[in-house]
Amino acid sequence: MKPDDLKGTMVGVSAPLVDGPDKVTGRAKYTADMPAKDALIGRILLSPIAHGRILSIDTRAAEALPGVAAVITGKDCGVPFGVLPTVHDEFALAQEKVRYRGDPVAAVAAVDEATAEAALKLIRVDYEELPAYFDASSAMAPGAALIHDDKPNNVVRKVHFDFGDVDGGLAAADLVLERSYKFAEVNHAFMEPNAALAEYDPQRDTLCLHTTTQVPYYVHLTVAKCMGMDTSQVRVVKPFLGGGFGGRGDTFHFDIVACVLARKVGGAVRIVQSREEVFLVHRGRPYTEIKLTLGMRRDGKLTACACEGLQLGGAYTSYGIVTLLYVGSLLFGIYDIPAIKYNGTRVFTNLPAAGGQRGHGSVDARAAFESLLDEMASELGLDPFAVRRANLLPTIPYTTQYGQKVMSYGLAECLDKVESASGWNQRRDRMPKGRGLGMGCSHFVTGTTTPVHWTGEPHATVNLKLDFDGIVTILTGAADIGQGSTTMAAQVVGEVLGLDWSRMRIITADSMLTPKDNGSFSSRVTFQVGNAALQAATELKTLLVKAAAKRLNCQPEEVECLGEFFRIHGADKPPLAFKDAVAEALVATGTLTVKGTFTSPVEFCGDKKIKASAIGASMGFSYAVSVAETSVDEVTGNISVDKIWVAVDCGRALNPMSVEGQIQGAVWMGVGQALCEETVYRDGLMMHGNLLEYRVPTFMDSPDIEVHIVESIDPNGPFGAKETSECPLAGAIAAVMNAVAQSVGVRPRELPMTPDRVFALIDSREVA
Amino acid sequence: MKSILSVKVNGRSRTDLVPDNMLLLDYLREVVGLIGVKSGCDGGECGACTVLVDDEPRLACSTLALQVAGRQVETIEGMARSGRMNELQTAFNEKLGTQCGFCTPGMIMAAEGLLRRNPQPSREEIKEALAGNLCRCTGYVKIIESVESAADACAQADAQ
Repeated sequence: MKPDDLKGTMVGVSAPLVDGPDKVTGRAKYTADMPAKDALIGRILLSPIAHGRILSIDTRAAEALPGVAAVITGKDCGVPFGVLPTVHDEFALAQEKVRYRGDPVAAVAAVDEATAEAALKLIRVDYEELPAYFDASSAMAPGAALIHDDKPNNVVRKVHFDFGDVDGGLAAADLVLERSYKFAEVNHAFMEPNAALAEYDPQRDTLCLHTTTQVPYYVHLTVAKCMGMDTSQVRVVKPFLGGGFGGRGDTFHFDIVACVLARKVGGAVRIVQSREEVFLVHRGRPYTEIKLTLGMRRDGKLTACACEGLQLGGAYTSYGIVTLLYVGSLLFGIYDIPAIKYNGTRVFTNLPAAGGQRGHGSVDARAAFESLLDEMASELGLDPFAVRRANLLPTIPYTTQYGQKVMSYGLAECLDKVESASGWNQRRDRMPKGRGLGMGCSHFVTGTTTPVHWTGEPHATVNLKLDFDGIVTILTGAADIGQGSTTMAAQVVGEVLGLDWSRMRIITADSMLTPKDNGSFSSRVTFQVGNAALQAATELKTLLVKAAAKRLNCQPEEVECLGEFFRIHGADKPPLAFKDAVAEALVATGTLTVKGTFTSPVEFCGDKKIKASAIGASMGFSYAVSVAETSVDEVTGNISVDKIWVAVDCGRALNPMSVEGQIQGAVWMGVGQALCEETVYRDGLMMHGNLLEYRVPTFMDSPDIEVHIVESIDPNGPFGAKETSECPLAGAIAAVMNAVAQSVGVRPRELPMTPDRVFALIDSREVA
Repeated sequence: MKSILSVKVNGRSRTDLVPDNMLLLDYLREVVGLIGVKSGCDGGECGACTVLVDDEPRLACSTLALQVAGRQVETIEGMARSGRMNELQTAFNEKLGTQCGFCTPGMIMAAEGLLRRNPQPSREEIKEALAGNLCRCTGYVKIIESVESAADACAQADAQ
C-alpha cells in the first residue's frame, strides 16, 4: 500500500494505548503478578569477589534446611549461551570461574523468601582470588590475568575502518580540532525489576516461562538449548513489561536458573530480583572514551573525521561487538563527510556486563561529535545551525561510504523547526549571565536489516484471524515494552480494513499463540512488524472484497471497502454490511486466517564488500535536532535544564501522541545521562545499586520538552513511518553540553556533568 | 509473631491474621490480592507502591501492615467507580500519562492524594507532590498534563 492510500481513520490519529485501560486500573499483569499459588521462591547466590577460581562449593547444609526444595550450581547449568550467535561466553551459574562481584554461582528453590535467603547463607564457596581489572589500561597490560582464556589481552574486539582520504581532508581544512571525551557507564533503570516464573510439567516434560524480556523468541531458543529440550517443549510468554530500553535484549541467567530449578522440583519456581540485583545484571551503555578529530573549512563544511572509541564491556560480551561497531557505523548517514576513519576497542573488565541501551553504541560518539562541531563553529565564528546546514546530505536517496542507504531525510526541516521554535536567532546572543542555548543533532536506524539469529525467515510475521463473530484477531510476537507496538499494529490493520477498535483484538508475545518475532530492539518494530501487519490486512481485505463482490453481483475491482460497509463504487445500490461480507467469505472455507510478512531486501543489508557493514545498515534513518536552554549556578556548579525544543523526522507519525511520548522519553533519558546518571564501582563493588544512588531525574529536575514532528514520508516504511524512540537521545545530550558551554564558557567533556565536575571546570577557567 | 489486622481496603472492611513484620505492600499484594500495587525497588526509592492511607499518599513498601489497623487504605483497584475509570485514570489513559504502565498505579495514587487536598494544583505543586515517584518512560511531561487535565475535569464535573 502506498503512503498516499492513507485515509487517516486509524493511522495518523493520536490514539490512546489499546492496553491503556489495563495500565491505569491496575489490571495489567506483569511477570511478578502472574498467579502461581504454589510456586516456590528461587534465589540466586552471587559472587562476593571480582575475579577468581571456584575451588569448591558445598551445598549440603543448604539442602538439609527444612523448606528447601532444590539447590543448583554450575554443574546443573553447563550449556553456554550469549545473545550473539558467534559468542556464547555466559553460563547461567558460574563454571570454574567468577568474573565480577555479582556473577551468579548457585541457586535455591524454597517454600518462601526467608527460607531461600537462609539457604543461600548456608552455601559454602571457596575461591582462589585472581587479579581483577576495572579499567582498560590494567586489563590490557602485558601479563594481566585473562578474564576469558580465549581472549588475549582481555580485548573483546578491535575494529577498524577507513573511508576516503582522512589525512588529506584534515590537511585541506581551515581548522582541525582534536578532543577527548569520557562518558560514564549508565543503566536503563526500567521501573519493573527483573522477574521470571518457570512452570515445569513433569508428566508432559514441558516448560512454560513468563519473563521480563524484550526478546521472547531469543529467550525461547536459548532456554531450549540450555535445558537440552526441544523448542517444541518450551513456551515463552512476555506479559506486560515495565520498560526495557535495550536492557532486556539478552536471555539472562535468572531465566535459565528459574527453568532449571522448576524442572528439578517438578513444578513452578518464581524469581523476582531486588533492585540491587537488577543493577548487577546491568547491560547498560558502557563507559566510553571518544577521541575525535574533525577538519572544517572556513564555511563550515567538514573535510574529514577520525574517531577512536574505547569501551569497557564488563565481564561478558553480550552485544559488545555490535555496540562497538555502532560507534563507527553511525558516524555516517547524518552529514556528508568526504572521509571517515574509525578505530574501536572494547575491553573486558571485572564488572557487570554492559549491553545495548537506547541509541546503542552511537550515542556517546554522536554527543562528542556534536559538541566538537559546536566548539569549531564557535572558533570559526559560525552559527551552529549554519554548520549543520553546510554538511547536509546533498541528494536523497544517498548511499554512505559504509553502504547504508538513506531513503528519506528530514534533518533540514528539523533544523528549521527548532531554530524557529526556540527563538534561537533572536535569543541566543542575548542570554543573561549563567544561561545558554545549545543545540545538537542525532539519528538512528529504523530496524537492523540483519537479525541476530539469521535463519532466512522473514524479519516479521503477523497473522490475522477473522471468524463468524466479526472480530479481527491480530496475532504478533512483537514485544510491547511500553513503547506502544501493540497499539501500532492495531492501528495499521484498522487503517487498511477501515475498521475501528471495536472490531479488533490483539494477542502478543506468547510462543504458544503468536508467530515468531525477533523482538523489540534497534527500533525495528514499527517498520518491520508494521509492514507485516499492513500486508496481512491487505490480504484480508482482498478476501473480503472478493466475497462482497459476489454478494453485490459485481467485479472485485468495482467494490469500495468502507470498513463497516462495502458498496459498488459510484453505483446507487444498497451497500453490504461488514458482517454479511464476512459471512459470505466464510462460506466453504470457514475461519479466515491470513499472514503478512516483511523481509528487508538485500540491498539494504549492508555492502558485502565492506566488513561488518550489516551493523548500522537499515531501511530507514530517523533524524532529530534538539535545542536546550540551561542555567548554571557558578557557585555550586549545578545545571538546570529549563527547556528543550526537539524536532524529529520520524517519517509518517502513525500515532502522533505516541510519537511525542517516545521523543520526550528519549530526550529526557539523554538529559539524565548528561546531568546525573552514572554507575560507580569501588574495587568492583557496586556503589550505585539503588534508585537513590543511581540518580535518574525526578519531576523536579526535568525540563519541559516541546516536540515538533517532521514527516519525511519514507518510501518503504508502513504508510511512510520510521522510528522515533532512539534517535533523539544523543542530540539532547549534546544540546545540553553545548548550552552549558554558552552558559558559563567552559566545555564539559566528561559526563555526567555533575556539580563537582562543572564547578572544577569553572574554577579552572577562573585560574586561567 | 502474628496479630489480627482490621482495616478497610478500598471501602471493604476485612480482618486478617498477619505477621507483625509484614509490609503493607506484601499484605496488599499477597494477602488481599491487589497486584496493582507495584514493587519497583528495595524500599522507598521509586514510589511505585504508593497507596492512600486515610487520604494521604504512603509508600506501602515502607509501612508495616499493622500500622494501618483501623484505617482506610485505597489502592489503584479502588479508584474506578462502578467499573468506570475516574478522572485521573481517564486522563492518564487519554493523554498518554502511561507508557509501560509500571509506575502508573503509584503515580495515580500520589496524584489522587494531591487532588484531594488541592483540587487545582499549579504545575509546580504537581511536580512537588509527585517528586517521589519515578517514571523512566515519559520524561514526566505527559504525566503532568494528565494530572492537569484530570483536575480540570473534576472542576467541570463539580460545576455541573
